[in-house]
Amino acid sequence: MNRFVVQRLGFALLSLTALAVVVPILLVIAVIVARGGGAISWEFLTAMPHGGMKEGGIFPAIVGTLVLTLGTALAAIPVGVGGAIYLAEYARDNWLTRSIRLAIINLAGIPSVVYGLFGLGLFVLFLQFGTSLLAGALTLAIMTLPIIISTAEEALRAVPTEFRTIIASLGGTRWQGIRRVVLPQAFPGIITGIILGLLRAAGETAPILFTVAAFFLPRLPHSPFDQTMALPYHLYVISTQVPGMPFSIQYGTALVLLVLVLSMNVLATITRSYFRRRRQW
Amino acid sequence: MSHTGKTTASRPHWTEFFVESLIRVLGFSTIGFVLLIFVFLLREGLPIFFEVAPGNLFGALWYPTFNLYGTLPLILGSALVTVMAIAIALPLGVATAVFVREVAPHWTRELLKPMIEVLAGIPSVVLGFFGMILVAPIVREFLGVPTGLTAFSGALLLAYMALPTIISVAEDALDAVPKSYRDAGLAMGATQWQTIWRIVVPAARSGIVTAVMLGMGRAIGETMAVMMVTGNAGRMPLSLDSLFRPVRTMTATIAAEMGEVARDSTHYHALFGIGVILFILTFLINLAAATSIFKKRRKGGLR
Repeated sequence: MNRFVVQRLGFALLSLTALAVVVPILLVIAVIVARGGGAISWEFLTAMPHGGMKEGGIFPAIVGTLVLTLGTALAAIPVGVGGAIYLAEYARDNWLTRSIRLAIINLAGIPSVVYGLFGLGLFVLFLQFGTSLLAGALTLAIMTLPIIISTAEEALRAVPTEFRTIIASLGGTRWQGIRRVVLPQAFPGIITGIILGLLRAAGETAPILFTVAAFFLPRLPHSPFDQTMALPYHLYVISTQVPGMPFSIQYGTALVLLVLVLSMNVLATITRSYFRRRRQW
Repeated sequence: MSHTGKTTASRPHWTEFFVESLIRVLGFSTIGFVLLIFVFLLREGLPIFFEVAPGNLFGALWYPTFNLYGTLPLILGSALVTVMAIAIALPLGVATAVFVREVAPHWTRELLKPMIEVLAGIPSVVLGFFGMILVAPIVREFLGVPTGLTAFSGALLLAYMALPTIISVAEDALDAVPKSYRDAGLAMGATQWQTIWRIVVPAARSGIVTAVMLGMGRAIGETMAVMMVTGNAGRMPLSLDSLFRPVRTMTATIAAEMGEVARDSTHYHALFGIGVILFILTFLINLAAATSIFKKRRKGGLR
Protein backbone atom coordinates (compact mmCIF):
# COMPACT_ATOMS: atom_id res chain seq x y z
CA MET A 1 0.00 0.00 0.00
CA ASN A 2 1.19 3.45 -0.89
CA ARG A 3 2.57 5.19 2.19
CA PHE A 4 0.52 8.30 1.48
CA VAL A 5 -2.60 6.18 1.53
CA VAL A 6 -1.42 4.79 4.85
CA GLN A 7 -1.02 8.34 6.10
CA ARG A 8 -4.52 9.28 5.01
CA LEU A 9 -6.00 6.24 6.70
CA GLY A 10 -3.91 6.89 9.79
CA PHE A 11 -5.03 10.49 10.10
CA ALA A 12 -8.64 9.42 9.62
CA LEU A 13 -8.18 6.90 12.42
CA LEU A 14 -6.69 9.58 14.68
CA SER A 15 -9.62 11.89 14.14
CA LEU A 16 -11.93 8.99 14.95
CA THR A 17 -10.17 8.42 18.28
CA ALA A 18 -10.45 12.11 19.06
CA LEU A 19 -14.16 11.79 18.33
CA ALA A 20 -14.33 8.76 20.63
CA VAL A 21 -12.97 10.98 23.37
CA VAL A 22 -15.21 13.97 22.72
CA VAL A 23 -18.54 12.38 21.80
CA PRO A 24 -19.14 10.70 25.19
CA ILE A 25 -18.43 14.03 26.93
CA LEU A 26 -21.05 15.76 24.78
CA LEU A 27 -23.38 12.83 25.32
CA VAL A 28 -23.12 13.05 29.12
CA ILE A 29 -23.87 16.76 29.03
CA ALA A 30 -26.64 16.45 26.44
CA VAL A 31 -28.43 13.61 28.23
CA ILE A 32 -28.29 15.32 31.60
CA VAL A 33 -29.50 18.62 30.16
CA ALA A 34 -32.29 16.96 28.17
CA ARG A 35 -33.59 14.80 30.99
CA GLY A 36 -32.88 17.13 33.88
CA GLY A 37 -34.14 20.32 32.27
CA GLY A 38 -37.75 19.41 32.91
CA ALA A 39 -37.22 19.05 36.64
CA ILE A 40 -35.78 22.50 37.05
CA SER A 41 -38.21 24.99 38.45
CA TRP A 42 -38.02 27.88 40.86
CA GLU A 43 -39.61 25.64 43.45
CA PHE A 44 -37.10 22.79 42.86
CA LEU A 45 -34.20 25.15 43.35
CA THR A 46 -35.45 27.14 46.31
CA ALA A 47 -37.53 24.76 48.39
CA MET A 48 -36.41 22.55 51.23
CA PRO A 49 -36.39 18.84 50.34
CA HIS A 50 -39.79 17.31 51.07
CA GLY A 51 -41.82 14.14 50.54
CA GLY A 52 -38.86 11.97 51.58
CA MET A 53 -36.69 13.99 49.15
CA LYS A 54 -38.73 12.47 46.31
CA GLU A 55 -40.50 15.68 45.45
CA GLY A 56 -37.36 17.72 45.08
CA GLY A 57 -36.31 20.84 46.81
CA ILE A 58 -32.53 21.08 46.77
CA PHE A 59 -32.09 24.53 48.26
CA PRO A 60 -30.04 23.49 51.31
CA ALA A 61 -27.76 21.39 49.09
CA ILE A 62 -27.11 24.33 46.75
CA VAL A 63 -26.48 26.72 49.63
CA GLY A 64 -24.33 24.10 51.36
CA THR A 65 -22.11 23.65 48.34
CA LEU A 66 -21.78 27.41 47.83
CA VAL A 67 -20.89 28.04 51.48
CA LEU A 68 -18.49 25.10 51.50
CA THR A 69 -16.78 26.41 48.37
CA LEU A 70 -16.54 29.88 49.89
CA GLY A 71 -14.99 28.43 53.04
CA THR A 72 -12.54 26.46 50.92
CA ALA A 73 -11.62 29.66 49.09
CA LEU A 74 -11.01 31.56 52.34
CA ALA A 75 -8.63 28.89 53.57
CA ALA A 76 -6.95 27.88 50.32
CA ILE A 77 -6.34 31.22 48.59
CA PRO A 78 -3.91 32.81 51.07
CA VAL A 79 -1.93 29.60 51.55
CA GLY A 80 -1.97 28.69 47.86
CA VAL A 81 -1.01 32.13 46.54
CA GLY A 82 1.60 32.56 49.27
CA GLY A 83 3.09 29.19 48.42
CA ALA A 84 3.15 30.10 44.74
CA ILE A 85 4.88 33.42 45.47
CA TYR A 86 7.50 31.58 47.47
CA LEU A 87 8.16 29.06 44.70
CA ALA A 88 8.18 31.60 41.88
CA GLU A 89 10.01 34.47 43.57
CA TYR A 90 12.03 33.26 46.53
CA ALA A 91 12.85 29.56 46.21
CA ARG A 92 16.33 28.59 45.07
CA ASP A 93 16.99 25.40 43.21
CA ASN A 94 17.97 23.18 46.11
CA TRP A 95 16.78 20.01 47.80
CA LEU A 96 14.29 21.89 49.93
CA THR A 97 12.55 23.34 46.91
CA ARG A 98 12.55 19.97 45.24
CA SER A 99 10.91 18.48 48.34
CA ILE A 100 8.24 21.17 48.18
CA ARG A 101 7.57 20.32 44.54
CA LEU A 102 7.45 16.65 45.39
CA ALA A 103 5.00 17.40 48.20
CA ILE A 104 2.77 19.33 45.78
CA ILE A 105 2.80 16.50 43.24
CA ASN A 106 1.89 14.07 46.00
CA LEU A 107 -0.85 16.26 47.42
CA ALA A 108 -2.30 16.34 43.90
CA GLY A 109 -2.17 12.56 43.73
CA ILE A 110 -3.66 11.63 47.09
CA PRO A 111 -7.05 9.94 46.51
CA SER A 112 -10.01 12.12 47.42
CA VAL A 113 -11.36 9.54 49.84
CA VAL A 114 -8.04 9.54 51.68
CA TYR A 115 -8.47 13.30 52.12
CA GLY A 116 -11.81 12.40 53.65
CA LEU A 117 -10.14 10.03 56.12
CA PHE A 118 -7.54 12.64 56.97
CA GLY A 119 -10.19 15.30 57.53
CA LEU A 120 -12.07 12.92 59.77
CA GLY A 121 -8.94 12.05 61.75
CA LEU A 122 -7.56 15.56 62.14
CA PHE A 123 -10.38 18.10 61.95
CA VAL A 124 -13.46 16.17 63.02
CA LEU A 125 -11.97 14.02 65.78
CA PHE A 126 -8.57 15.29 66.91
CA LEU A 127 -9.34 19.01 66.80
CA GLN A 128 -12.95 18.27 67.74
CA PHE A 129 -14.57 20.46 65.10
CA GLY A 130 -17.16 17.71 64.73
CA THR A 131 -18.85 16.97 61.42
CA SER A 132 -18.93 20.59 60.34
CA LEU A 133 -18.54 23.15 57.58
CA LEU A 134 -15.19 24.08 59.10
CA ALA A 135 -13.85 20.52 58.93
CA GLY A 136 -15.16 20.02 55.38
CA ALA A 137 -13.86 23.34 54.06
CA LEU A 138 -10.39 22.82 55.54
CA THR A 139 -10.20 19.31 54.08
CA LEU A 140 -11.23 20.57 50.66
CA ALA A 141 -8.80 23.50 50.96
CA ILE A 142 -5.79 21.23 51.39
CA MET A 143 -7.01 19.17 48.44
CA THR A 144 -7.23 22.25 46.18
CA LEU A 145 -3.84 23.67 47.22
CA PRO A 146 -1.74 21.88 44.59
CA ILE A 147 -3.98 23.13 41.76
CA ILE A 148 -3.90 26.73 43.00
CA ILE A 149 -0.16 26.70 43.71
CA SER A 150 0.93 25.24 40.38
CA THR A 151 -1.35 27.47 38.27
CA ALA A 152 -0.46 30.61 40.25
CA GLU A 153 3.24 29.82 40.09
CA GLU A 154 3.03 29.47 36.34
CA ALA A 155 1.27 32.84 36.11
CA LEU A 156 3.94 34.50 38.29
CA ARG A 157 6.76 32.97 36.29
CA ALA A 158 5.22 34.25 33.07
CA VAL A 159 5.94 37.82 34.22
CA PRO A 160 9.30 38.70 32.64
CA THR A 161 12.34 39.01 34.91
CA GLU A 162 13.02 42.52 33.54
CA PHE A 163 10.00 43.82 35.48
CA ARG A 164 11.67 42.78 38.72
CA THR A 165 15.06 44.06 37.67
CA ILE A 166 13.58 47.46 36.84
CA ILE A 167 11.89 47.74 40.23
CA ALA A 168 15.18 46.84 41.88
CA SER A 169 17.04 49.43 39.81
CA LEU A 170 14.53 52.06 40.94
CA GLY A 171 15.42 51.26 44.54
CA GLY A 172 12.42 49.05 45.27
CA THR A 173 12.73 46.01 47.46
CA ARG A 174 11.87 42.54 46.29
CA TRP A 175 8.52 42.50 48.09
CA GLN A 176 7.58 45.92 46.67
CA GLY A 177 8.30 44.59 43.20
CA ILE A 178 6.11 41.58 43.83
CA ARG A 179 3.26 43.53 45.37
CA ARG A 180 3.17 46.46 42.99
CA VAL A 181 4.15 44.88 39.69
CA VAL A 182 4.41 41.10 39.56
CA LEU A 183 1.19 40.23 41.40
CA PRO A 184 -1.02 42.67 39.47
CA GLN A 185 0.45 41.41 36.19
CA ALA A 186 -0.12 37.78 37.15
CA PHE A 187 -3.51 38.46 38.73
CA PRO A 188 -5.81 37.03 36.01
CA GLY A 189 -3.65 33.92 35.80
CA ILE A 190 -3.84 33.46 39.55
CA ILE A 191 -7.61 33.90 39.47
CA THR A 192 -7.78 31.19 36.80
CA GLY A 193 -5.93 28.82 39.10
CA ILE A 194 -8.17 29.66 42.03
CA ILE A 195 -11.32 29.01 39.99
CA LEU A 196 -9.93 25.70 38.71
CA GLY A 197 -9.16 24.62 42.25
CA LEU A 198 -12.54 25.67 43.64
CA LEU A 199 -14.36 23.98 40.77
CA ARG A 200 -12.76 20.74 41.82
CA ALA A 201 -13.72 21.35 45.45
CA ALA A 202 -17.33 22.17 44.56
CA GLY A 203 -17.80 18.88 42.73
CA GLU A 204 -16.03 16.54 45.13
CA THR A 205 -17.97 14.06 47.21
CA ALA A 206 -15.50 11.73 48.89
CA PRO A 207 -13.67 14.36 51.01
CA ILE A 208 -16.93 15.66 52.47
CA LEU A 209 -18.52 12.25 53.11
CA PHE A 210 -17.23 11.98 56.69
CA THR A 211 -16.36 15.61 57.37
CA VAL A 212 -19.45 17.71 56.70
CA ALA A 213 -22.11 16.22 54.45
CA ALA A 214 -25.55 15.52 55.90
CA PHE A 215 -27.84 12.89 54.42
CA PHE A 216 -30.98 14.92 55.00
CA LEU A 217 -31.02 18.27 56.78
CA PRO A 218 -33.79 20.59 55.65
CA ARG A 219 -32.36 23.79 57.03
CA LEU A 220 -29.50 26.11 56.26
CA PRO A 221 -26.25 26.06 58.25
CA HIS A 222 -25.96 28.82 60.85
CA SER A 223 -22.38 28.50 62.02
CA PRO A 224 -19.10 27.00 60.85
CA PHE A 225 -19.74 24.14 63.25
CA ASP A 226 -22.98 23.09 61.55
CA GLN A 227 -23.37 20.17 59.19
CA THR A 228 -24.85 20.87 55.81
CA MET A 229 -26.23 19.12 52.77
CA ALA A 230 -24.12 19.44 49.62
CA LEU A 231 -25.00 18.93 45.95
CA PRO A 232 -22.52 16.16 45.07
CA TYR A 233 -23.35 14.12 48.15
CA HIS A 234 -27.05 14.75 47.65
CA LEU A 235 -26.80 13.40 44.10
CA TYR A 236 -25.04 10.32 45.46
CA VAL A 237 -27.71 9.87 48.13
CA ILE A 238 -30.70 10.20 45.85
CA SER A 239 -29.23 7.98 43.15
CA THR A 240 -28.04 5.13 45.35
CA GLN A 241 -29.48 5.33 48.85
CA VAL A 242 -33.14 6.18 48.37
CA PRO A 243 -35.21 3.55 46.59
CA GLY A 244 -37.97 4.69 44.26
CA MET A 245 -36.44 8.08 43.58
CA PRO A 246 -37.96 9.69 40.45
CA PHE A 247 -35.39 9.95 37.64
CA SER A 248 -36.34 13.53 36.93
CA ILE A 249 -35.24 14.61 40.41
CA GLN A 250 -31.93 12.77 40.02
CA TYR A 251 -31.25 14.24 36.59
CA GLY A 252 -32.34 17.66 37.79
CA THR A 253 -29.86 17.54 40.68
CA ALA A 254 -27.10 16.31 38.38
CA LEU A 255 -27.90 19.16 36.00
CA VAL A 256 -27.67 21.82 38.70
CA LEU A 257 -24.30 20.46 39.83
CA LEU A 258 -23.08 20.24 36.25
CA VAL A 259 -24.17 23.81 35.47
CA LEU A 260 -22.44 25.09 38.60
CA VAL A 261 -19.17 23.36 37.78
CA LEU A 262 -19.22 24.06 34.04
CA SER A 263 -19.95 27.74 34.55
CA MET A 264 -16.87 27.92 36.77
CA ASN A 265 -15.01 26.16 33.98
CA VAL A 266 -16.16 28.77 31.46
CA LEU A 267 -15.19 31.53 33.89
CA ALA A 268 -11.68 30.05 34.18
CA THR A 269 -11.37 29.90 30.39
CA ILE A 270 -12.45 33.54 30.12
CA THR A 271 -10.00 34.80 32.74
CA ARG A 272 -7.21 32.84 31.10
CA SER A 273 -7.83 34.22 27.64
CA TYR A 274 -8.18 37.68 29.18
CA PHE A 275 -4.80 37.10 30.82
CA ARG A 276 -3.24 36.16 27.49
CA ARG A 277 -4.73 39.10 25.65
CA ARG A 278 -3.97 41.69 28.29
CA ARG A 279 -0.37 40.64 28.61
CA GLN A 280 1.81 43.61 27.81
CA TRP A 281 5.03 41.80 27.13
CA MET B 1 7.65 56.31 58.35
CA SER B 2 10.90 57.53 56.95
CA HIS B 3 12.53 60.73 58.12
CA THR B 4 15.22 60.79 55.52
CA GLY B 5 12.89 61.93 52.77
CA LYS B 6 13.58 58.86 50.71
CA THR B 7 10.76 57.08 48.91
CA THR B 8 8.87 53.97 49.96
CA ALA B 9 12.01 51.89 49.73
CA SER B 10 12.95 52.80 53.27
CA ARG B 11 9.64 51.94 54.87
CA PRO B 12 9.93 50.22 58.23
CA HIS B 13 11.87 47.09 57.60
CA TRP B 14 9.80 44.83 59.77
CA THR B 15 6.64 44.71 57.57
CA GLU B 16 8.75 43.46 54.75
CA PHE B 17 10.49 40.99 57.02
CA PHE B 18 7.16 39.80 58.36
CA VAL B 19 5.59 39.33 54.92
CA GLU B 20 8.60 37.52 53.52
CA SER B 21 8.76 35.18 56.53
CA LEU B 22 5.07 34.44 56.13
CA ILE B 23 5.56 33.63 52.45
CA ARG B 24 8.41 31.31 53.35
CA VAL B 25 6.23 29.51 55.88
CA LEU B 26 3.42 29.18 53.34
CA GLY B 27 5.91 27.85 50.82
CA PHE B 28 7.02 25.10 53.16
CA SER B 29 3.48 24.38 54.33
CA THR B 30 2.81 21.80 51.60
CA ILE B 31 5.51 19.54 53.02
CA GLY B 32 3.83 19.92 56.40
CA PHE B 33 0.46 18.97 54.96
CA VAL B 34 1.77 15.78 53.36
CA LEU B 35 3.40 14.79 56.65
CA LEU B 36 0.27 15.71 58.59
CA ILE B 37 -1.89 13.56 56.33
CA PHE B 38 0.48 10.61 56.67
CA VAL B 39 0.72 10.98 60.46
CA PHE B 40 -3.03 11.10 60.94
CA LEU B 41 -3.64 8.13 58.65
CA LEU B 42 -1.06 6.17 60.61
CA ARG B 43 -2.45 7.30 63.94
CA GLU B 44 -5.85 5.85 63.16
CA GLY B 45 -4.75 3.03 60.86
CA LEU B 46 -1.67 1.55 62.49
CA PRO B 47 -3.57 -0.20 65.34
CA ILE B 48 -5.12 -2.60 62.82
CA PHE B 49 -1.75 -4.25 62.32
CA PHE B 50 -1.71 -5.14 66.01
CA GLU B 51 -5.37 -6.04 66.33
CA VAL B 52 -5.61 -8.46 63.44
CA ALA B 53 -3.19 -11.21 62.46
CA PRO B 54 -1.29 -10.60 59.21
CA GLY B 55 -2.72 -13.81 57.75
CA ASN B 56 -6.20 -12.43 58.19
CA LEU B 57 -5.23 -8.94 57.02
CA PHE B 58 -3.89 -10.14 53.71
CA GLY B 59 -6.37 -12.96 53.36
CA ALA B 60 -8.99 -13.40 50.70
CA LEU B 61 -12.11 -12.58 52.72
CA TRP B 62 -13.34 -9.13 53.62
CA TYR B 63 -16.27 -9.65 56.00
CA PRO B 64 -15.81 -7.12 58.83
CA THR B 65 -18.93 -8.37 60.62
CA PHE B 66 -17.20 -11.74 61.04
CA ASN B 67 -13.87 -10.20 61.94
CA LEU B 68 -12.44 -11.08 58.55
CA TYR B 69 -10.33 -8.23 57.24
CA GLY B 70 -8.71 -9.71 54.15
CA THR B 71 -7.69 -6.77 51.97
CA LEU B 72 -6.49 -8.90 49.08
CA PRO B 73 -9.78 -8.90 47.11
CA LEU B 74 -9.96 -5.10 47.49
CA ILE B 75 -6.37 -4.58 46.37
CA LEU B 76 -6.86 -6.91 43.41
CA GLY B 77 -10.18 -5.22 42.65
CA SER B 78 -8.48 -1.83 42.50
CA ALA B 79 -5.67 -3.30 40.40
CA LEU B 80 -8.05 -4.94 37.94
CA VAL B 81 -10.12 -1.81 37.41
CA THR B 82 -7.06 0.43 37.16
CA VAL B 83 -5.15 -1.76 34.71
CA MET B 84 -8.22 -2.14 32.52
CA ALA B 85 -8.86 1.59 32.62
CA ILE B 86 -5.31 2.33 31.53
CA ALA B 87 -5.55 -0.29 28.79
CA ILE B 88 -8.46 1.72 27.38
CA ALA B 89 -7.14 5.19 28.12
CA LEU B 90 -3.55 4.76 26.94
CA PRO B 91 -4.18 4.20 23.21
CA LEU B 92 -7.08 6.65 23.24
CA GLY B 93 -5.11 9.30 25.12
CA VAL B 94 -1.88 9.05 23.15
CA ALA B 95 -3.73 9.00 19.82
CA THR B 96 -5.72 12.07 20.85
CA ALA B 97 -2.59 13.87 22.04
CA VAL B 98 -0.87 13.08 18.73
CA PHE B 99 -3.95 14.25 16.84
CA VAL B 100 -4.19 17.50 18.79
CA ARG B 101 -0.48 18.30 18.68
CA GLU B 102 0.60 16.99 15.28
CA VAL B 103 -2.32 16.62 12.92
CA ALA B 104 -5.39 18.65 13.80
CA PRO B 105 -5.96 22.00 12.10
CA HIS B 106 -5.93 25.02 14.37
CA TRP B 107 -9.70 25.32 14.76
CA THR B 108 -10.12 21.67 15.72
CA ARG B 109 -7.42 22.04 18.34
CA GLU B 110 -9.12 25.13 19.78
CA LEU B 111 -12.33 23.12 19.97
CA LEU B 112 -10.86 19.91 21.41
CA LYS B 113 -8.80 21.39 24.23
CA PRO B 114 -11.67 23.08 26.08
CA MET B 115 -13.77 19.92 25.62
CA ILE B 116 -11.10 17.86 27.32
CA GLU B 117 -10.92 20.44 30.08
CA VAL B 118 -14.68 20.15 30.53
CA LEU B 119 -14.25 16.39 30.93
CA ALA B 120 -11.67 17.02 33.65
CA GLY B 121 -14.17 19.26 35.40
CA ILE B 122 -17.21 16.97 35.43
CA PRO B 123 -17.63 15.83 39.05
CA SER B 124 -16.99 12.15 39.56
CA VAL B 125 -20.38 11.69 41.19
CA VAL B 126 -22.07 12.99 38.02
CA LEU B 127 -20.11 10.54 35.88
CA GLY B 128 -20.96 7.79 38.35
CA PHE B 129 -24.62 8.67 38.13
CA PHE B 130 -24.47 8.67 34.34
CA GLY B 131 -22.60 5.36 34.38
CA MET B 132 -25.10 3.79 36.72
CA ILE B 133 -28.13 4.87 34.81
CA LEU B 134 -26.91 4.59 31.20
CA VAL B 135 -23.57 2.81 30.83
CA ALA B 136 -24.35 -0.15 33.11
CA PRO B 137 -27.59 -1.13 31.32
CA ILE B 138 -25.82 -0.93 27.96
CA VAL B 139 -22.99 -3.12 29.26
CA ARG B 140 -25.55 -5.59 30.57
CA GLU B 141 -27.48 -5.76 27.30
CA PHE B 142 -24.42 -5.82 25.14
CA LEU B 143 -22.55 -8.54 27.01
CA GLY B 144 -25.55 -10.49 28.24
CA VAL B 145 -24.33 -10.49 31.86
CA PRO B 146 -26.72 -10.52 34.83
CA THR B 147 -25.75 -7.05 36.02
CA GLY B 148 -24.16 -4.09 34.29
CA LEU B 149 -22.45 -3.01 37.49
CA THR B 150 -19.14 -4.65 36.66
CA ALA B 151 -15.41 -4.05 36.81
CA PHE B 152 -15.58 -3.27 33.10
CA SER B 153 -18.15 -0.49 33.53
CA GLY B 154 -15.97 1.00 36.23
CA ALA B 155 -12.87 0.76 34.06
CA LEU B 156 -14.68 2.45 31.20
CA LEU B 157 -15.62 5.44 33.35
CA LEU B 158 -12.17 5.55 34.95
CA ALA B 159 -10.55 5.56 31.52
CA TYR B 160 -12.43 8.74 30.65
CA MET B 161 -11.55 10.27 34.01
CA ALA B 162 -7.87 9.53 33.45
CA LEU B 163 -7.94 10.81 29.86
CA PRO B 164 -7.58 14.55 30.55
CA THR B 165 -4.42 13.90 32.60
CA ILE B 166 -2.94 11.52 30.05
CA ILE B 167 -3.75 13.75 27.09
CA SER B 168 -2.36 16.94 28.56
CA VAL B 169 0.88 15.42 29.89
CA ALA B 170 1.45 13.45 26.67
CA GLU B 171 0.80 16.60 24.68
CA ASP B 172 3.41 18.50 26.71
CA ALA B 173 5.84 15.67 26.02
CA LEU B 174 5.20 15.85 22.26
CA ASP B 175 5.50 19.62 22.45
CA ALA B 176 8.97 19.30 23.93
CA VAL B 177 10.29 17.33 20.94
CA PRO B 178 12.35 19.83 18.92
CA LYS B 179 10.97 20.88 15.58
CA SER B 180 14.30 19.88 14.01
CA TYR B 181 13.46 16.21 14.67
CA ARG B 182 10.33 16.54 12.58
CA ASP B 183 12.13 18.50 9.87
CA ALA B 184 14.83 15.86 9.69
CA GLY B 185 12.26 13.11 9.31
CA LEU B 186 10.41 14.91 6.56
CA ALA B 187 13.65 15.88 4.80
CA MET B 188 14.63 12.21 4.68
CA GLY B 189 11.51 11.61 2.63
CA ALA B 190 9.35 10.13 5.37
CA THR B 191 5.68 11.00 5.37
CA GLN B 192 4.31 12.99 8.27
CA TRP B 193 2.66 9.80 9.55
CA GLN B 194 5.98 7.93 9.54
CA THR B 195 7.74 10.85 11.20
CA ILE B 196 5.18 10.97 13.98
CA TRP B 197 5.31 7.29 14.91
CA ARG B 198 8.97 6.55 14.24
CA ILE B 199 10.59 9.76 15.45
CA VAL B 200 8.36 12.10 17.44
CA VAL B 201 6.47 9.62 19.62
CA PRO B 202 9.59 7.55 20.47
CA ALA B 203 11.40 10.78 21.36
CA ALA B 204 8.54 11.69 23.69
CA ARG B 205 8.44 8.20 25.15
CA SER B 206 9.42 8.94 28.73
CA GLY B 207 6.98 11.85 28.93
CA ILE B 208 4.26 9.50 27.76
CA VAL B 209 5.25 7.03 30.46
CA THR B 210 4.89 9.84 32.99
CA ALA B 211 1.46 10.61 31.56
CA VAL B 212 0.39 7.02 32.02
CA MET B 213 1.68 6.91 35.58
CA LEU B 214 -0.15 10.08 36.55
CA GLY B 215 -3.29 8.71 34.88
CA MET B 216 -2.87 5.51 36.84
CA GLY B 217 -2.54 7.42 40.09
CA ARG B 218 -5.75 9.23 39.24
CA ALA B 219 -7.56 5.99 38.39
CA ILE B 220 -6.51 4.06 41.48
CA GLY B 221 -7.67 6.84 43.80
CA GLU B 222 -10.98 7.56 42.12
CA THR B 223 -13.84 6.86 44.49
CA MET B 224 -17.40 7.93 43.76
CA ALA B 225 -17.80 6.87 40.14
CA VAL B 226 -16.17 3.53 40.88
CA MET B 227 -18.30 2.92 43.92
CA MET B 228 -21.47 3.66 41.97
CA VAL B 229 -20.83 1.42 38.95
CA THR B 230 -18.69 -1.54 40.00
CA GLY B 231 -21.32 -3.34 42.06
CA ASN B 232 -19.09 -3.56 45.16
CA ALA B 233 -18.93 -7.31 45.58
CA GLY B 234 -15.91 -8.16 47.70
CA ARG B 235 -14.81 -11.31 45.93
CA MET B 236 -11.42 -12.28 44.55
CA PRO B 237 -11.25 -11.25 40.89
CA LEU B 238 -9.23 -14.24 39.77
CA SER B 239 -11.14 -15.94 36.98
CA LEU B 240 -11.10 -14.66 33.43
CA ASP B 241 -14.67 -13.43 33.51
CA SER B 242 -14.18 -11.35 36.66
CA LEU B 243 -13.88 -8.30 34.43
CA PHE B 244 -17.57 -8.67 33.69
CA ARG B 245 -18.63 -9.26 37.26
CA PRO B 246 -19.05 -6.91 40.19
CA VAL B 247 -15.85 -6.01 41.93
CA ARG B 248 -14.93 -3.93 44.95
CA THR B 249 -12.08 -1.45 45.16
CA MET B 250 -10.17 -0.09 48.14
CA THR B 251 -11.52 3.43 47.70
CA ALA B 252 -15.13 2.28 47.42
CA THR B 253 -14.77 0.16 50.55
CA ILE B 254 -13.63 3.15 52.61
CA ALA B 255 -16.32 5.43 51.23
CA ALA B 256 -19.12 2.91 51.63
CA GLU B 257 -18.29 1.63 55.11
CA MET B 258 -16.75 4.54 57.00
CA GLY B 259 -20.12 6.12 57.68
CA GLU B 260 -21.34 3.08 59.59
CA VAL B 261 -18.43 2.14 61.83
CA ALA B 262 -17.88 3.11 65.45
CA ARG B 263 -14.81 5.16 66.19
CA ASP B 264 -11.81 3.12 67.34
CA SER B 265 -13.43 -0.19 66.44
CA THR B 266 -11.31 -2.73 64.60
CA HIS B 267 -13.32 -2.07 61.44
CA TYR B 268 -12.59 1.67 61.77
CA HIS B 269 -8.86 1.00 62.10
CA ALA B 270 -9.03 -1.39 59.14
CA LEU B 271 -10.54 1.29 56.89
CA PHE B 272 -7.80 3.73 57.90
CA GLY B 273 -5.33 0.90 57.24
CA ILE B 274 -6.63 0.72 53.65
CA GLY B 275 -6.19 4.50 53.54
CA VAL B 276 -2.53 4.05 54.54
CA ILE B 277 -2.05 1.49 51.75
CA LEU B 278 -3.67 3.84 49.22
CA PHE B 279 -1.55 6.77 50.41
CA ILE B 280 1.68 4.80 50.07
CA LEU B 281 0.66 3.38 46.70
CA THR B 282 -0.21 6.75 45.17
CA PHE B 283 2.88 8.27 46.82
CA LEU B 284 5.10 5.73 45.07
CA ILE B 285 3.38 6.15 41.71
CA ASN B 286 3.67 9.93 41.89
CA LEU B 287 7.24 9.73 43.15
CA ALA B 288 8.14 7.68 40.09
CA ALA B 289 6.34 10.12 37.81
CA ALA B 290 7.92 13.10 39.56
CA THR B 291 11.49 11.85 39.38
CA SER B 292 11.16 11.36 35.65
CA ILE B 293 9.80 14.91 35.36
CA PHE B 294 12.66 16.32 37.44
CA LYS B 295 15.28 14.40 35.50
CA LYS B 296 13.95 15.63 32.19
CA ARG B 297 13.65 19.18 33.41
CA ARG B 298 17.32 19.23 34.25
CA LYS B 299 18.20 17.88 30.82
CA GLY B 300 16.02 20.61 29.37
CA GLY B 301 12.51 19.97 28.20
CA LEU B 302 10.02 17.32 29.15
CA ARG B 303 11.03 14.54 26.87
